[in-house]
Amino acid sequence: MAAVNPPWAMLAELTHGCPLRCPYCSNPLELTFREQELTTDQWLDVLAQAGDLGVAHVHLSGGEPLLRRDLAEIVAGAARAGIYAQLVTSGLGLTRERLAGLTAAGLPSVQLSVQGADAASSELIAGRRSFAAKERAAALVREAGLPLGLNVVLHRLNLEDIDAIVDLGIAWGAVRIELANTQFYGWALANRAALMPTRDQLDRAREAVERRRRRTDTELVWVVPDYFDGVAKPCMGGWGAVSLTVAPDGRVLPCPAAYDLPLDLPNVRDHGLAWIWNDSAAFRAYRGTDWLPEPCASCPRRETDFGGCRCQAFALTGDAGRTDPACALSPDHGLVTDLTARRDGDLAYRASAPR
Amino acid sequence: MSWRPALSRYARLRHCPVRDSTLLVVPERIVVLSTEAAAIVALCDGTRTVPEIATRFPPEGADDVVGFLADLKEHGWLR
Repeated sequence: MAAVNPPWAMLAELTHGCPLRCPYCSNPLELTFREQELTTDQWLDVLAQAGDLGVAHVHLSGGEPLLRRDLAEIVAGAARAGIYAQLVTSGLGLTRERLAGLTAAGLPSVQLSVQGADAASSELIAGRRSFAAKERAAALVREAGLPLGLNVVLHRLNLEDIDAIVDLGIAWGAVRIELANTQFYGWALANRAALMPTRDQLDRAREAVERRRRRTDTELVWVVPDYFDGVAKPCMGGWGAVSLTVAPDGRVLPCPAAYDLPLDLPNVRDHGLAWIWNDSAAFRAYRGTDWLPEPCASCPRRETDFGGCRCQAFALTGDAGRTDPACALSPDHGLVTDLTARRDGDLAYRASAPR
Repeated sequence: MSWRPALSRYARLRHCPVRDSTLLVVPERIVVLSTEAAAIVALCDGTRTVPEIATRFPPEGADDVVGFLADLKEHGWLR
């Protein structure tokens, strides 16, 4: 196999603890215990190694990263390693003092989650009172002069509110609004039928995004609903090709949804990050295109989508080495079309991270 | 024009030894700069006007320098 390119980006899941209980949470159903989390020094070491390896972007995420009292130290560690950090937060727990400490440590940008266009719809999903805190957090970020990104996960309960969501983002001063259709992993997979949109909702939402793009400077990002598009999404830009995820307990994953795959996940407590990226079995498992099954192996899109998402292939077929069923050319595509018609109303909120 | 380009507060210019290249890093984006582009951005420290930056390069490329700076400003990466 050719030499492995260095990674560009790292997702640091600093903790699985979170004050919110969103049913679409991408964390695994089996949340990492708080007491199993890496220490400050271990995170600083991971960031230094990541910088040496070529990582240029880190998302400091969770769970809720503000639950880590050592967050400013971790931000400073990213800055020392030459890595551009983005704090990905619910906004709960962000005070002016806390943010001042983070910016002093070198934090250049913040991405804030919001669950809906108003308090009622946002808090129905978040599972607790949180909207006012988010509005305050957005104002603090703007006041600190940091660029604010907003991310909104879309599903059947809020897809019809695109205009109001975009209005909210503009009012809060966001430079970028990520409208991310639910990807069905983790808790979202468990809640799939409750979150599943209709094709009609998606068509109208897509039209609304196009219309708003013509009228605003705010960047609107549309993360595609791959169950409906008949086209597989490129698996993380290629397995072990662009980015890696470090779990709260030090496990390293080629993709944040890969917790349940039958892989022997390497851990930064046992191995260096360079060995994990270049040589570990987990990162080599689906790297490149040599492993591709048909119809992918002979497909002109094989270098575009790399057979689609491994975690989705595993979730739907039990075999992570099959073509992503989201692709209309997959022999398993019928599974996806069946699922898009299956809807019920019961939301199961995600659990709190155990101590 | 009196604009003296400087990097936006949230943009970072860094050398990446692993790739032996200069990167312009902003939220959600990493731009790998060519040698010429890196040299242009390195001059954007808020003290020089656009014509002053352009004169550092061969005259036939002056329009490209001006256009490149305008592009970066349009993206919000220069102020």
